[in-house]
Amino acid sequence: MMIHFILNGEETEIEAPADRRVVDLLREDMGLTGTKESCGTGECGACTILVDGVSRLSCLMLAAQLEGRSITTIEGLGSKEALHPVQKAFVEEGAVQCGFCIPGMVLASVNLLGENPAPTREEIRKGLAGNLCRCTGYQKIVDAVESAASHLQGKDTP
Amino acid sequence: MQAFNIVGKDVPRNDAEAKARGTALYTDDLRLPGMLFGRILRSPLAHARIKHIDVSRAAGLSGVKCVITGEDTPKIKYGNWRLFPDTQDEYPLAVDKVRFIGDEVAAVAAVDADIAEEALGLIQVEYEELPGVFDTDASTREGAPVLHDYCSTNISVNRKIQYGDIEKGFAESDYVREDTFDVHAVSHAYLEPCAALAQADQDGRITLWTSTQVPYIVQCLLASTLGMRENDIRVIKPFVGGAFGGKMELRTWEFCAALMAKKTGRPVKFTLSREEEFLAGRRRHPMRLHSRVGFKKDGTLMAKDLRIRLDGGAYNAMGPTATFLCGNFGAMLYRYPNYRFMGEHVYTNKPPASAMRGFGAPQSLYATEMQMSMAAEELGIDPVEIRLKNAQVSGDKIPDVATISSCGFIESIEKVAEMSDWKTKRKNLKPGQGIGIGCYSFISGGVFNWFNTSYPFSAAEIRAFADGTVHLLTMASDIGQGSDTALKQMLAEELGLRMEDIRITAADTAMTPQADLGTWGSRVTLMAGNAVLDAARKIKDQLFGAVSARFNLNLIYNFECKDGRVQVKLRPEKGISFGEAVAIVQRANRGEPLVVRGSYTPRDKGLVTPAFGFGSQIAEGEVDQETGQVKVKQMWTAHDSGTVINPRAVEGQLAGSIQMGLGYSLCEQFVMDGGKTLNTNFLDYKMPTALDMPPSEVAHVETYEPEGPFGAKECGEGLASPTAPAISHAVYHATGYCCKDLPITPEKILRGWKREK
Repeated sequence: MMIHFILNGEETEIEAPADRRVVDLLREDMGLTGTKESCGTGECGACTILVDGVSRLSCLMLAAQLEGRSITTIEGLGSKEALHPVQKAFVEEGAVQCGFCIPGMVLASVNLLGENPAPTREEIRKGLAGNLCRCTGYQKIVDAVESAASHLQGKDTP
Repeated sequence: MQAFNIVGKDVPRNDAEAKARGTALYTDDLRLPGMLFGRILRSPLAHARIKHIDVSRAAGLSGVKCVITGEDTPKIKYGNWRLFPDTQDEYPLAVDKVRFIGDEVAAVAAVDADIAEEALGLIQVEYEELPGVFDTDASTREGAPVLHDYCSTNISVNRKIQYGDIEKGFAESDYVREDTFDVHAVSHAYLEPCAALAQADQDGRITLWTSTQVPYIVQCLLASTLGMRENDIRVIKPFVGGAFGGKMELRTWEFCAALMAKKTGRPVKFTLSREEEFLAGRRRHPMRLHSRVGFKKDGTLMAKDLRIRLDGGAYNAMGPTATFLCGNFGAMLYRYPNYRFMGEHVYTNKPPASAMRGFGAPQSLYATEMQMSMAAEELGIDPVEIRLKNAQVSGDKIPDVATISSCGFIESIEKVAEMSDWKTKRKNLKPGQGIGIGCYSFISGGVFNWFNTSYPFSAAEIRAFADGTVHLLTMASDIGQGSDTALKQMLAEELGLRMEDIRITAADTAMTPQADLGTWGSRVTLMAGNAVLDAARKIKDQLFGAVSARFNLNLIYNFECKDGRVQVKLRPEKGISFGEAVAIVQRANRGEPLVVRGSYTPRDKGLVTPAFGFGSQIAEGEVDQETGQVKVKQMWTAHDSGTVINPRAVEGQLAGSIQMGLGYSLCEQFVMDGGKTLNTNFLDYKMPTALDMPPSEVAHVETYEPEGPFGAKECGEGLASPTAPAISHAVYHATGYCCKDLPITPEKILRGWKREK
């Protein structure tokens, strides 16, 4: 079927089987490999994308569900010149190690900060509990989200 | 201590921005024109003879381009312990027999992954099922089924260490305790599943992009299993999404991708599913440890007798190293005047265990640390004090095995006790609350040449340019730990350059200098770092000569590379820019570029490692009286990693190891039914999430390791060991239950809780 949606701010039209997994559509058909697949069963959060600003697992979504939606993948955050403040905080706080969970983690953080602009550390942990990481112990990821929150609110980073 | 400009600074990682943008390419992100998708057929039986395989229906399916079984391969065995060919016990695809559920039997390459998957279902394999053995007792019993014909006992590796007079040591002990510990298998659970993409060029040479921590080992073993020459294989490591020891061997999909690319003339890519990773993936060795240890009344250690059986699963994999290291780590941390170790690596019909962060240390040190804590209680000595009393110090020896060079162990114990307010808490916590300690030591790379490499252990090439930049080439593999950044930092420090002046090309076996044994055993900072420094010093020699000639200087002057300049030490006005100095050297050599090679191979460093890291960790926790649930409330860590090259990277490693250690202690495990792994997904495997992580504080105990680059040594892998004993000790403190069979589940705690009447 022909699917119409907004992808990273651009009107997009693509022919795909209705039951094509969104993660495959993005990675295989559209070359957007920033979205990662780690489990394929909705348990790890590596394939997180934003659908109308809310984080969703692209391995559990089918192409037809994109119709009329606005999608943000990791490639759609920030600009060529500047990182999104959440990406910047991840880089600066040392939250990136192997990096495989990071696109999903960053998008889940963007969603979290959209809903709760000044989360406590506990709220950050809760907000990211659906995104698994095996390298960082989450500590510096929580630091990064805290720092991004301050930045987005116009405060100096703690 | 020497002051550094870039070493010791929180330099952001080389690759962090690309990873945060999603532009960093991992193996599965790569695609080539005409690429085929591969899938592997795995054995549903734990032990069986293969009587017949019929691939005709699979091969006939539209879209299938290639199907192979063991019969289509050269049938050459491989294994990492190349020095001892007898230990090489694995075929890329099963020949005659399968030995565990998930053993690789056949492979399909098709135009898309769905067709390849469908084709697997059309391959008909006729098996003759054989009785299986699923633990080391069953496997070593008289008349047990034999897994490998060459090894009738199922015990594939023995390792003994003995020094002092063990009987005398026990005879002179006032207190002897004897315990048996069972430690379990856990998964590396790296987020990036294994993947490999192979392409054959017009001459039949292979290029393989693969998610590996050992490109050189994969190159060599892929060549030998395909019957090709080493240099007809090029292995490139793209970004790797974590490995932790789980990606340090040649694996079936790498072999199949290469062979099928050759056969079809088209690129072939394999990517494992998470289910395959859990069902058949490598794992940490389960072990039974029987340990007898003797003390004087005052807590002085007198003797230790350690017997270990490793449940190796169906193949050796890195089991020989784990066996070897268990014995070494059994003698570490404390001064055992008399010591005996006997380790046996045993085959069972289970997925092979192999290297995993800590490499024998987490298992061996769990026994050590629990016994120290229990002995302290029985002897009426504080657990911190008994450790301080027996702690190893610089210069201590394990006869014929290792000598300890730098050692901040005592400082780490003192520091962590102070940070946690140990003394007060030990006395004042309420029932159900507890505080416990665990300590570790770990290697900075291995000395023993089990791979039988004919190249230096690490090498580096530096190309210096007249525009003030340098290009560092190294086969060292950054798998997320940050070695590309650390090596650049060390080079920038040595040559007085900025990070942005250095380009790095790493882990490409055709383009980077021979060789590097890969990322394992915490070897990269020390070994690849030393190779980089060796090369950098050769560059400096030439630049210094150029500046000396340029200014016609008295030969007693010394020089330095600093702030982008090459200059006379203490007289910076006598100097020129780095680029100008390079230009002079190049002109003097009539245009030949300034290129040097450096290397490092440890020599005269015993059998184990050139340098040991040390550290201590304390955990505070609370156990729910009703449910037995453990809540770890706080962790404190003090580690001696020598000079810290990048503090933020080190802290990240430490926090990550706590996550893994927490899982190892409390919740992660493979649930097995005979040879079958039942929990083959993240949900049922239960690794800690962000919500489960306790806050933690870290202190760097700085020592200077004379053998290490800028004084650096191991960090981040040793920390795989102390968390389980620290938490277990805290649970013991809280409940009186001492866990001798990991993990520490609520059921076990409730059963073992010694409540006050």
